[in-house]
Amino acid sequence: MSELQNPTMDHVVKSNISELSDINYDVESVRNDFPILSRKIHDQDLVYFDNAATTQKPASVIQTLTRFYSEQNANVHRGIHTLSQEASDAFEAARGTIKKFINAASEQEVVFTTGTTGGINLVATALSRGILRPGDEIVISGMEHHSNIVPWQMACEYTGAILKVIDVLPDGTLDLEHYESLLTEKTRLVSIGHTSNAIGTIHPLKAIIDLAHSAEALVMVDGAQAVPHESVDVVALDADFFAFSSHKVYGPTGFGVLYGKKDLLEMLPPYQGGGDMIETVSFEKTTYNTLPFKFEAGTPNIAGAIAFAAAIDYLNEIGMDAVRKHEQGLIEYGLDALGSIPGMRIIGDGCPRASVISFLVGDIHPYDAGTFLDRMGIAVRTGHHCAMPLMNRFKIPGTIRASFGMYNTRSEIDALVKGVERVRGILA
Amino acid sequence: MTAVQSIAEREREIVEEFALFDDWFERYEYLIELGESLNKIEDEYKTEAFRIHGCQSQVWLRPDYRNDKVFFKADSDAAITRGLVALVVRVLDGLQRSEIRDARFDFLDDIGMNEHLSPTRKNGLSAMVEQVKNYAREDASS
Repeated sequence: MSELQNPTMDHVVKSNISELSDINYDVESVRNDFPILSRKIHDQDLVYFDNAATTQKPASVIQTLTRFYSEQNANVHRGIHTLSQEASDAFEAARGTIKKFINAASEQEVVFTTGTTGGINLVATALSRGILRPGDEIVISGMEHHSNIVPWQMACEYTGAILKVIDVLPDGTLDLEHYESLLTEKTRLVSIGHTSNAIGTIHPLKAIIDLAHSAEALVMVDGAQAVPHESVDVVALDADFFAFSSHKVYGPTGFGVLYGKKDLLEMLPPYQGGGDMIETVSFEKTTYNTLPFKFEAGTPNIAGAIAFAAAIDYLNEIGMDAVRKHEQGLIEYGLDALGSIPGMRIIGDGCPRASVISFLVGDIHPYDAGTFLDRMGIAVRTGHHCAMPLMNRFKIPGTIRASFGMYNTRSEIDALVKGVERVRGILA
Repeated sequence: MTAVQSIAEREREIVEEFALFDDWFERYEYLIELGESLNKIEDEYKTEAFRIHGCQSQVWLRPDYRNDKVFFKADSDAAITRGLVALVVRVLDGLQRSEIRDARFDFLDDIGMNEHLSPTRKNGLSAMVEQVKNYAREDASS
């Protein structure tokens, strides 16, 4: 504890610098916009540090959802009645908001999905239908979430393509030399996370994409952990496909986006068949709808799309750059404060990171730590974070993961540090 | 007259012990202490054959059949789970198979630990309870 109460000069100087960088960010006002943050957990103030799993929702998103079902609900693209027109207009307006948010060239490139997993499965399945050939190679990294591993394993199983995996270095970054060596004339696709959900590493995505393109390979990006934390420009990145989830960006669950370059989406065969994705249906020959509807079979998550647009409006109002600076300040402060705890091991301590600190303390099992922290009102994630290969790489059973969002504060990090110290007192 | 306590008696004893503590923190400390005194499975048996598959913490459990009674040795890599395992073993150890099969573990609710028995906690405890009952069903000679 004495180390915490008497921070080193270094600690003080660093904190003051980042204090200046977000001096205009009114975190208390942001917090007031999120009703759930006033909840008590086990009679304690909730400290919500599980944002990499899902974020909380601002009142404007919750109100949009209830307003849709109270006043606007109808199916889209089908009816000529007023409600259906209104719902369709709001639904397509959401597509426009999302397009602008990621700077896509056109609405046709913005495909609505159920989430990041849905988007990756769409691309992997479509590529498996006559495009991938035996012996083709798909490159992923050793740091991927299971949902950017398993769809490709399945694609390889169906097509005879081969999966190659980029090594992870001890500091929690990718071995880019190894990556370059994996790129050959056989490489058809590189599928890579923008930032790691398990340890927070921000990958040099632009360089990774450029290298893939010079090897004439396509690039699919799992952007789930990047979009909440920085402004993403899919055109500047030159990503071929980019998937992300609404619920990690302060929007509802069960909704997500797949961006794809228009010519590539045109080239891909449809994923699921059903209503809305067709132009004409007959038993002799069915023709498919234009983009993006070709990939949107069935009634979509209409309320989810509209409420996600409300989340984007909210973020734009605060400013993505202000959010990024605030969160970077939290990361810096958190690394410093947690780093002062004896026995602290931060996984991937050498990497540039976005909003995630994944750690272990001495021999304390993450399950024990998570259980005690929960009793103190602190929600962290413990376990393998759906990245078992990465845990095996570091030879650990799992970690304790604190992940930050736009409404988190330094005093909450202080509460976490105090909580971890208390857990150490019992278990270390 | 019998020297062996029934499940109900054993459970009541545990509930009374835990009632001595005022707050959750002390109860957990006591639980972890109980885990330390668990009759631990030998390292050589911490193998796949005796491992209970939980998601986050691992549990190992080995039955020892004597006549129609079952004795258990167990362990876990997480301290809280080890404590809970110790409670379950304490309630069931050395009982008749039929008694083990019918055990309900309601006492976990009374001591505020019921949440850990939920399969969604992914700590291996609920799978362990299933396994304990399976062992009690199995043929003693197997």
